[in-house]
Amino acid sequence: MDRFSRLLALVPWLRAHPGVSLEDAASEFGITERQLRADLDLLFVCGLPGGAPGDLIDVSYSGDRVTVVDPQTLDRPLRLSADEAMALLVAARALTDVPGLTGREALDRAVRKVEEAVGHESARHVRVALDPHDEVLAVLQEAIRLRRRVRLRYLVWARDEMTEREVDPMRVLVRGGYWYLEGWCRRASAVRLFRLDRIDGRAGVDVLDVAAQPPPDATPRDTAEGVYQPGPDDIPVRLDLDPRARWVVDYYPVSQACDLPDGGVSVVLRVADLAWLSRLVLGLGELVREVEPASVAASVHEVAGRALAGYGDGTIG
Amino acid sequence: MSRRRLERLLNLTMCLMATSRFLTVSQIGEMVDGYEPGESEEAREAFRRMFERDKQSLREIGIPVETGSDSAFSDELGYRIPRGDYALGEIPLDPDEFAALALAASLWSSEALAAPAASALRKLAAAGAPVRPAALRGPDPLAVASGPAAGFDAADGLGGLGSTDGFAGFEPRVDATEPAFEAVLAAVQARREVRFPYRRPGQTEDTERHLQPWGVLSWRGRWYLVGHDLNRQASRVFRLSRVTGPVRSVGPAEAFTVPPEVDLRAMVSATEPTEPTRTALLWVRRGCGHALRRHGRPAGPARAAAAERVGRLPGGDLLEVEFSDLERFARWAVGYGPDVVVLEPADLRGEVVRRLRATVAATAPPTPAAPPVARAAAVGTGPR
Repeated sequence: MDRFSRLLALVPWLRAHPGVSLEDAASEFGITERQLRADLDLLFVCGLPGGAPGDLIDVSYSGDRVTVVDPQTLDRPLRLSADEAMALLVAARALTDVPGLTGREALDRAVRKVEEAVGHESARHVRVALDPHDEVLAVLQEAIRLRRRVRLRYLVWARDEMTEREVDPMRVLVRGGYWYLEGWCRRASAVRLFRLDRIDGRAGVDVLDVAAQPPPDATPRDTAEGVYQPGPDDIPVRLDLDPRARWVVDYYPVSQACDLPDGGVSVVLRVADLAWLSRLVLGLGELVREVEPASVAASVHEVAGRALAGYGDGTIG
Repeated sequence: MSRRRLERLLNLTMCLMATSRFLTVSQIGEMVDGYEPGESEEAREAFRRMFERDKQSLREIGIPVETGSDSAFSDELGYRIPRGDYALGEIPLDPDEFAALALAASLWSSEALAAPAASALRKLAAAGAPVRPAALRGPDPLAVASGPAAGFDAADGLGGLGSTDGFAGFEPRVDATEPAFEAVLAAVQARREVRFPYRRPGQTEDTERHLQPWGVLSWRGRWYLVGHDLNRQASRVFRLSRVTGPVRSVGPAEAFTVPPEVDLRAMVSATEPTEPTRTALLWVRRGCGHALRRHGRPAGPARAAAAERVGRLPGGDLLEVEFSDLERFARWAVGYGPDVVVLEPADLRGEVVRRLRATVAATAPPTPAAPPVARAAAVGTGPR
């Protein structure tokens, strides 16, 4: 069915883009040039009853460029299916919640036009809430638009450390429900991602009167596999968890998870920062039954012991 | 689908679009290239079955095949496709509007949503949206793969999209990796009841749920299903990642109506903790506990005096922080280890101490006198 839909869509699309190269058309439809040629060959022999040359879909080539000369009845695209309208409208409505988007006005107009064509109530039962951090986001978007450097007060969560750094912003991303700024961190001399909710509020961003100049070789990170990418020095740590801590599997990038006989779960996390792991384990308390390797267990043991001392005689050093 | 069948479906579609009169099955058999109605009863029957299947296929992808008759003297039904119903209406999009929709479509990183969104965009482009093909390449019109000035030159580089500056450098992406997603979405769209196994956090057993699915919501990076739970006779929220097996649609489509007042987001966020209700008094080491400091405030003198009862507290600050869920807050506070001490209230303090003791015990090195309890037999638990 997919190919039938594609064939129906191809004719009016080519009609609207006369002289388009085969490469561009194939790429637009997510197929190979070879598949596109096969589609065109097939369309070429189809048409109205009678089958005389004037009754068939007519396609002409000029080098690697293609033009639909006669689309027969397929001059207009088929109306949007429920799935198509939903996927487009839900995404567009989600973006209209984002503040500071200067293209917002165009988006609103576009949504209105599509809604008029497919029905206002279309896809109201599917929704994406992007939950932007309004103030910080708006400032960062402005900085990106003006290509200006920013100074951030940024909390490194794992180490509970408030840092100051100058960043040349590259883009703002939403991944897995969190908002990030990606930019060239001049402190680390590397491309870094900063979670917007860990920037110290509106006061945590200064837009500097300096042009942002990421070095020519600074490239955005490929986040297709997730924001957290295991580094070569990461330590695999295994935690055996109580059934009540199964949510850990949903929340953290676990590289392995397998069920334990009593409903608990044994997970392997790739840990870059032991301070982060220590926070997780301390927070879970009795829901963590075992930590491996032993060296990691010992380090968590030591932190927990010092913390417990704080509740002893009341003197905290 | 075979090439012959594709050709036949295309010919059938065009034939039914070209006619203003209803065409009977036998007329269609005569006219449309690819059908062979034949002479014998058997052949005619085979042709009719083939036509029925084809007609169904057309309708499945949304082609409006109309049934009716032009003749007052015959009750034989015929078919046609009204071109006005077939075609996407005029949507005169300006280039910046189209670019905005293209950005929106790039929100989806999962094929189940990305594919229909891309297909919708192609149809809009085919319907006359004034967009150059080069600007259409790929699902991400503001791609930043072009190198150093990622996000900066995107708008300039795409020609004709110059007015979309505001989107440059902004890339939202929403996943739908939960296995249950597609089945749930289909059931929501069709308004069919569903049954599925579900495991709430803290439970070790699945329970079978029977639901009228009202809607799905992506919130804080996770998908939720909201609906009327038929066993519990109440509305319920389910996180899709906790659906533990296949989702089965049961019963007919359009089996229920969604109450108009349903607010998906309000229902899902209501499952999160309620407003702060109690105040904790914390000692926080200087230079530490930044997130706590943002949520809290310096303790007043009365509170500070109360803290004296617990002991002298050098090198830190006294902070008041509001919380609602004792367990969650204890988990947060204890994570700071020796840098945060809970002074009040007593139950929170007790909860933190209990967790610390448990961690100390669970991470204690094995000693000859007290060998560690043998682990439950688990397989494939990774590096040892």
